[in-house]
Amino acid sequence: MASLIPCPHCGLRPKEEFSIRGDAAPVRPRPDAPFDAWDAYVHLRDNVRGVMHEHWQHVGGCRRWLVVERDTFTHAVHAVTDAADFTRAQGAPTGGGGASAASGTRTGKGRAKR
Amino acid sequence: MKYSAFSIFREGLSGNRGWKPAWREPDPKAHYDVIIVGGGGHGLATAYYLAKNHGITNVAVLEKGYLGSGNVGRNTTIVRANYLLEGNEPFYAHSLRLWEGLEQELNFNAMMSQRGVINLYHSDGQRDAFARRGNAMRLAGEDAELLDREQVRALVPFLDFDNARFPVQGGLMQRRGGTARHDGVAWGYARGADSRGVDLIQNCEVTGIRREGGRVTGVETTRGFIGCNRLGLAAAGNSGQVAEMAGMRLPIESQVLQAFVSEGLKPFIDQVVTFGAALFYLSQSDKGGLVFGGSLDMYNSYAQRGNLATVESVMEAACAMVPSISRVKVLRAWGGVMDMSMDGSPIIDRTPLDNLYLNCGWCYGGFKATPASGWCFAHLLATGESHELACALRLDRFTRGYQIDETGHGAQANLH
Ligand SMILES: Cc1cc2nc3c(=O)[nH]c(=O)nc-3n(C[C@H](O)[C@H](O)[C@H](O)COP(=O)(O)OP(=O)(O)OC[C@H]3O[C@@H](n4cnc5c(N)ncnc54)[C@H](O)[C@@H]3O)c2cc1C
Ligand SMILES: [Zn+2]
Repeated sequence: MASLIPCPHCGLRPKEEFSIRGDAAPVRPRPDAPFDAWDAYVHLRDNVRGVMHEHWQHVGGCRRWLVVERDTFTHAVHAVTDAADFTRAQGAPTGGGGASAASGTRTGKGRAKR
Repeated sequence: MKYSAFSIFREGLSGNRGWKPAWREPDPKAHYDVIIVGGGGHGLATAYYLAKNHGITNVAVLEKGYLGSGNVGRNTTIVRANYLLEGNEPFYAHSLRLWEGLEQELNFNAMMSQRGVINLYHSDGQRDAFARRGNAMRLAGEDAELLDREQVRALVPFLDFDNARFPVQGGLMQRRGGTARHDGVAWGYARGADSRGVDLIQNCEVTGIRREGGRVTGVETTRGFIGCNRLGLAAAGNSGQVAEMAGMRLPIESQVLQAFVSEGLKPFIDQVVTFGAALFYLSQSDKGGLVFGGSLDMYNSYAQRGNLATVESVMEAACAMVPSISRVKVLRAWGGVMDMSMDGSPIIDRTPLDNLYLNCGWCYGGFKATPASGWCFAHLLATGESHELACALRLDRFTRGYQIDETGHGAQANLH
């Protein structure tokens, strides 16, 4: 994996500053959602082989939660977006998980150097 | 061909020209009674016990690479049965007993070495937890001894006993634990299964699972369609991918774990020693190399290689536990893809499809489980019923709230 990660707020930072929470696709169901929805949210995973969105936190920097688009087979990091921007770009708060964010809101290396 | 001291002597005299390949290389038949996906330790052991215990020999093991190319050939070879929970400990106890007779059973040198496994503790709380674990092990009929600081010092004098932050207070010892040659185990089971008529088919990747009305009819592979009456999945790190071919999502995440081997040293450490202050474990191979590893890289991966940050933290743990190895050179490092389950315990069970069976969730502890996993999975495939030793290792335990969570971390795969 790249040793430098482009945080949208802090710029290029060493990977060790980030902690990885895991798959960003599962979306927390409503409290009154059926049992199956909660079971799936807590336990079941797509376990993607290829491009995947993950929740990372920049614990050694701005402490923001980020969504990192990363390939689980090549370890290439494609894009890093603030989690709030990512969710907003997905539309409704329950919007369907792993679908990719609109490209306009992705924060690749370019904007990170800002 | 039976292996013996005499056969080595005879072949030595005749220029070693009489050795035969240890197994055949058959082409796949059109149909088998049982197909097993994955030629790792578990798939091969399952095939062996299907033939040996249940007389089912019309069996194929399909392996996408070569036999033993997965985790069975990548692990740090530690064999132990020091679990706490009821659903786990009797299963691993049975496994250790199978290990003890394995080489005679298979007529193959798996280099099983019961050198003892010591888990160090560094605080009063940790000591209490290990005392409890040791008691649970003894209740299950296993051996366990709580060693104090001086007893540990007598065995492994070179630890950093007076570390200011993590002084070594003692350790939990299982004397019957130890190590085994990982490839040897895979080869031994492969040879045993082959000689009983099982077809081991290498370079044969399963790419699809054909279904008809809630039943599996066979698998699509890179070597064509192969039909079967029953299908068993034992794909370890690739379990999620293979299960997806049958329309299933699993409580599994695939993550990478690294391991390391140093240059060869003179005999230095006799046991397997694990650190209690960080996830780190150390032993010495018969060739002299120190074999060690630490925690996961903590992210999903199918790459079979890890990251420098983890390398660094493993080396720091090594030097913290055994300062004297700080100048030893590391020769090799590699990674394997772990099938991390949501409670850290494995799954051997039926699935929603009638004749599809699942073996996965071994996390980074599945090598020691190889014999019992094959034993119980063969029982399930042959009879359709869970073996009593594996009856807690159910797929639906997550939904029902019967997780077997040794570490108490909850449904966060990489924390187990
Ligand atoms: C670095 C490391 C250290 C470890 N240390 C220990 C240890 O000290 N003690 C311990 O008990 N355990 C340890 N483990 C864990 C242990 O190695 C595994 O849990 C165990 O080997 C998994 O079972 P297996 O042998 O059947 O897996 P594997 O050998 O991985 O077998 C699965 C096989 O399935 C094949 N396959 C996958 N997909 C397909 C497909 N579509 N078609 C055909 N074939 C397919 C793969 O090629 C592979 O050969 C360690 C693992 C690693 C990586
Ligand atoms: Zn930041």
